[in-house]
Amino acid sequence: MIKEPALNGMAYTEQDRRDPLLRPGNSNCGGCGMSNLMQMLRRATGERELKMVVPACCAAVTSGSFPESVFGIPTIMSTFASAASVATGVAAVAQLNAERTRVICLAGDGGTYDIGMGTLSAAAERNEDILYLCYDNEIYGNTGGQRSSATPAGAATTSTPRGKQEIKKDIIGIMAAHRIPYAASISLAHSDDTLRKLQFALDARGFRFLHVLSPCPTGWKSEPAMGIELVRLAVRSGLFPVFEVFDGERYVINVEPEFSNEALMMYLSLQRRFRNTGVTEEILRPSIERYWNYLRLMSGRIVPAKRN
Amino acid sequence: MSVELISANHAAALSAILAARANRTARGFCAGVYPITPSTECMEYLCSQEIEKGNVIRADSEHNAMGICIGASAAGARSFTTTCSNGLAYMVENCVAAAGYRLPIVMSVANRTLGPPWNIWADHGDSLLLRDLGWLQLYSADNQEVFDTVLCAFKLAEDPRVLMPALCCMDGFILSHTMSQVDVPSQEQVDRFLPPVDIPQRLDKTAHTLGQMEAPHASVMHRIQHHQAMLGAEQLYAEIQDSFAEIFGRRPADPLVTYRAEDAETLIVSMGTLGVTAERVVDQLREQGQAVGAVRVRMFRPMPDTGLSKIFAGKQRIAVLDRDVSIGFGGVLWGEVRGFADPATIVQNYMVGVAGGDVRPEHMLNLLVDLQQRRESGAPQIVEVA
Ligand SMILES: Cc1ncc(C[n+]2csc(CCOP(=O)(O)OP(=O)(O)O)c2C)c(N)n1
Ligand code: SF4
Ligand SMILES: [Mg+2]
Repeated sequence: MIKEPALNGMAYTEQDRRDPLLRPGNSNCGGCGMSNLMQMLRRATGERELKMVVPACCAAVTSGSFPESVFGIPTIMSTFASAASVATGVAAVAQLNAERTRVICLAGDGGTYDIGMGTLSAAAERNEDILYLCYDNEIYGNTGGQRSSATPAGAATTSTPRGKQEIKKDIIGIMAAHRIPYAASISLAHSDDTLRKLQFALDARGFRFLHVLSPCPTGWKSEPAMGIELVRLAVRSGLFPVFEVFDGERYVINVEPEFSNEALMMYLSLQRRFRNTGVTEEILRPSIERYWNYLRLMSGRIVPAKRN
Repeated sequence: MSVELISANHAAALSAILAARANRTARGFCAGVYPITPSTECMEYLCSQEIEKGNVIRADSEHNAMGICIGASAAGARSFTTTCSNGLAYMVENCVAAAGYRLPIVMSVANRTLGPPWNIWADHGDSLLLRDLGWLQLYSADNQEVFDTVLCAFKLAEDPRVLMPALCCMDGFILSHTMSQVDVPSQEQVDRFLPPVDIPQRLDKTAHTLGQMEAPHASVMHRIQHHQAMLGAEQLYAEIQDSFAEIFGRRPADPLVTYRAEDAETLIVSMGTLGVTAERVVDQLREQGQAVGAVRVRMFRPMPDTGLSKIFAGKQRIAVLDRDVSIGFGGVLWGEVRGFADPATIVQNYMVGVAGGDVRPEHMLNLLVDLQQRRESGAPQIVEVA
């Protein structure tokens, strides 16, 4: 098995599901993180039976138009706010019929942090048997790149042209507060960790939530080939913590960052969405530190943050 | 068969539960439910029952109650829910989706005024919001009819030639909270009437995508199919009545319920319980020698156009009573049916009982006095009834 992503993607191996989940002919932009996620999911899934719910988002467009579909599994496109409730119905009927099929939601940050938040919260509270994947490109990509509550402070969007002021919601914290069996963040630059989490979450029961930082060259105004590298920089700088939470209680940090200022500087300078908004490493540092203090408290891992 | 003394809300729920159990040998039953006055007792009843191979999920909103029904139905289960008024308004986006996927979800609506200003009394404006969405719509006038309509709605909605969601409407409080005798068939009879549902487009093994994007030519083709299937539903309903009568020993009400209409010169047209009051008024006026009859439009979608044209033919005067107002236009029912009358017929619209006004026979008698004096049709009138 090839462990490192090659050429910003993954080589096909015998472990992969025979049919891709996202077939050629999809309309994702080049370098879209959601495409990488679907490749990883293909390998993680193997020959498991899946059913998918996709709300309005880029993934709803990429599927292509009737009657062809690029998704290699039975899929239903839900209304924007309804992924987790539609999946609730699908999963409940699978359970009634003692089927082994796994029900997944593939939703953007808008359908998760914003309009679908109530739906998501309700399904998590009921502990429905769903794997919810949020690919977070930190904007409403489908409608041309407006802010969402996942947009980070300092990023320019078409609805916050001078840069968003507010910091993004702590989505894993929100999901952990529902005490669901599993909530984790995924780095597309750490394929072993990603595959392990996807496989664990596919097989676990109850509500599982995975948060994926999903490079969006179109919205981030970055080089398509740099996507995975940007995720790596976000992880190295401490900006995107990679961790998992079991039952809302047990926090485990999976990747220890270097908290490198250089990485943070590179992360900001390689994306034009951060240009001209006045955001700098110094401005971001305190909130990164605050969040990591919280994570250390929750995880009991008191290794001091390394500073360069 | 047993006789139960129950409210129309409970009649709808009981009917849905019998239908739910009838699918136990197939993919089962799953519903998403959420309370709102006056539909609440229907969802509470569902929540109080054990349903073999069934799951009633207590949703966090009507939007998601319909979301759950969509997921359940897309997974091949029988599905049902209930709401009204603002709950229905809140649900509308997913009602559009349910129709678009052509899923045979059945919904009971205890018609209630939309607000704010808040008003819990009967008005058809809520279910009429769904008029153009591709849902079958049936309006009942008593508790037995509510029970029968829910069973028939499943059978009609699930017919492979129809495959679309169905609304079963009853007037809020007037029916939803009134107890009366209802003949309740046995499970074995319902099993015979309502075979397991097969939803051909369900998410199964084939990798296909339900509800994906489409270009105009594909969308218009889907609209044509949906429209044709809806138009055909009226004919199929007659088959369903036959099969119902054979199994249960009584015949469910027709799409158009006429009362002393054949030789009438004047007709009263209405929906829901207004039609029952109209029949009493007809009796009174007949005693006075006036040739008056009534038509109750039970099936509003598909609109039984040929039937209405036949009934309207040769009439001198028609009063169309609407328990709704399309603001800036007039009554919705009037707008729909006036074109079926002869050009020479005086068709007058009275919006009466709007927002829950308690319409009594004397109100209708007054309207008919007004109608008889008219030499031509006038502008729609909103009649104040407290
Ligand atoms: C109720 C509703 N409001 C608005 C829209 C328009 N809309 C479609 S997708 C979208 C944004 C999606 O953003 P996100 O969930 O982050 O997914 P992305 O497009 O970024 O992949 C919006 C606003 C819609 N489809 N439905
Ligand atoms: S806009 Fe962004 S998220 Fe959407 S397809 Fe393009 S790269 Fe992917
Ligand atoms: Mg997004």
